[in-house]
Amino acid sequence: MTGADTDTAALHLARFAALGGEAGGARARAMRRFEALGLPSQRIEAWHYTGLNALSKAALAPFDGTKTASSADDSMLGARLGAGPRLVFADGRLRAELSDLSGLPAGVRLLGLADARAREPSLVENRLDAEDEARAMRALNAAFAADGAVLVLPAGVRLDRPVQFIHFAAASGAAFHLRHLVVAGEGSAATVVETYFGAPRSASWTNAVTELELGRGATLRHVKWQDEAALAFHTASTHARLAGGARFESFVLHSGARLARNEIDATLADPGASCRLLGVTLAREKQHIDNTTVIDHAAPGCTSKEHYRGVLDGEARGVFQGRIVVRPQAQKTAAHQLIEHLLLSERAEASAKPELEIHADDVKCGHGATAGALDEQALFYLRARGIGLERARAMLVEGFVAALVDEVEDEGVRARLSSVVADWLAQAADERLAV
Amino acid sequence: MLEIRNLHAEVGGKEILHGIDLSVAVGEVHAVMGPNGSGKSTLAYVLAGREGYVVTKGEIVYDGKDLVAMAPEERAREGVFLGFQYPVEIPGVSGLSFLKAAVNEVRRHRGQAELDAVEFLKFMRQKLKLLDMSEDLLKRAVNVGFSGGEKKRAEIVQMAILEPRLAVLDETDSGLDIDALKVVSNGINALRGPDRAMLVITHYQRLLGHVVPDRVHVLAQGKIAVSGGKDLALELEQKGYAMLGAKDVRAA
Repeated sequence: MTGADTDTAALHLARFAALGGEAGGARARAMRRFEALGLPSQRIEAWHYTGLNALSKAALAPFDGTKTASSADDSMLGARLGAGPRLVFADGRLRAELSDLSGLPAGVRLLGLADARAREPSLVENRLDAEDEARAMRALNAAFAADGAVLVLPAGVRLDRPVQFIHFAAASGAAFHLRHLVVAGEGSAATVVETYFGAPRSASWTNAVTELELGRGATLRHVKWQDEAALAFHTASTHARLAGGARFESFVLHSGARLARNEIDATLADPGASCRLLGVTLAREKQHIDNTTVIDHAAPGCTSKEHYRGVLDGEARGVFQGRIVVRPQAQKTAAHQLIEHLLLSERAEASAKPELEIHADDVKCGHGATAGALDEQALFYLRARGIGLERARAMLVEGFVAALVDEVEDEGVRARLSSVVADWLAQAADERLAV
Repeated sequence: MLEIRNLHAEVGGKEILHGIDLSVAVGEVHAVMGPNGSGKSTLAYVLAGREGYVVTKGEIVYDGKDLVAMAPEERAREGVFLGFQYPVEIPGVSGLSFLKAAVNEVRRHRGQAELDAVEFLKFMRQKLKLLDMSEDLLKRAVNVGFSGGEKKRAEIVQMAILEPRLAVLDETDSGLDIDALKVVSNGINALRGPDRAMLVITHYQRLLGHVVPDRVHVLAQGKIAVSGGKDLALELEQKGYAMLGAKDVRAA
């Protein structure tokens, strides 16, 4: 059954109509935008490499909140919770009893979006309803997002421990629309870790939007680990807006989902802002992982650096699209982008599309993209020292990825990411041996 | 320890080695010299088992075993070490974790207990002391950003740590200045021993001034043209490879 009345978009429209919300409200406007756009098709340039037919046919309706995570799900979720401040969500809703708000400096606000809307609307007002006409996924999120994380850092506050936003998808056949907001006041500094995972058999769709506002001189380190279940879909859009002298460091690790697309838009709005976007993709079997970034140099003297590495095994597909816009006033811009894919199988495929739109003349911009197999010389070198073929392959892949993981500032987070990589490689080796 | 009999080998479908006979006894150091393109590096790669270096005829017997049938890692675990002419840079892989993995592969193969991180460091430091070398090189990613001399020194450190029974050193002296040559040749000499055989492949005589071989073989056009004692190297240095075939010193 793939009729129009049973596909994912239609199920969302039907649900929205059934909810009977206020016709003139922001949600209704967002829903109308989505209705006009529909799920993006590959005819749209920005979605050329990533098709959503499977997502459409999966007939995923917005989660209605009736089903709750089982005790088995809860114990799986509990096992993954690290120490430190965190907001935990299951099936799109805050789980206060699993969250930890303790130990934060005075003035720091960390709470769920639903709570904030109900009790402190001033915290989130005017910060979540930016309307992006062309982005269907953001519109759909705006129409449905019921919860998410809100973190507000007052000026000058520096958090010494990362704050975690964790989402667990337990239900199957459902869609979760989360919306997070981080406001980093002038001169503040923090690390935020977003984690997405789910029950092994969950065939669900998580569609997240994260808004990041960086005040003057603020530093925000944003780490995202996408480890959704094997049948799950994941789409996400992060928008960072940087004031003068602010610093945004992003690290995205993909290790899960059948299809994932992570969009990052960084707007360098005032002079001296800088951002660094790093990403690692680990994909096997028929996984499809898409990283799409837009860096908007809107002011003079800003710098941006992007470095993404993908490891593709089996029939996996890795996509990177990176647009860099340098506006006429953005003189003295420095922008660099590097995309590297390692193909572990002849059937794996990588697509890289850099797009530089430069309207200023005094700039330094560069980009590069490579895709290739493991270095045969390096493999032989390791084997000539007694290291077996599988182990040698794993060491080379680990080395390829470690160069980026090592850039993650927080030691605990870095160690966690390294162990994810090691586990992924161990599993890959087991599968190869089992064949 | 090593018996090479009528060895023919090809690379990319082209025969490079046209019947080599060579025998190295345990405790001996043999030098293999020869002009560029004579097949010296091919011989080294064939001994180490590099993919694409195909033995088409003849045999290589190492410790009574058929070396050709073994994968490169099996040869290494059995005690064959290749010192690379161009050691490979491996970004992101730390020298220490690489060497620890290698040592433990060899130890497991020999039925010895694996070394943990602390035991490995202790073992490594003993070996470095023996060579009078510092561990700085090993803390970085494998060979990444090393100068030519550092790469060759690192190969000698690896040899010391892996304790091979047969070391094949492929132009370990190439690209070294006088000081680096001294460090490297002192290292090689420190690792000579009654339980170890070495095949030192070199284009020039100068390494052999420091590492005095028991036998010298000269390779030309994929065959051993002459063999002799240590003085053969000196004679070659004076007369050049053009002397090959002009004089039979095999009886020397």
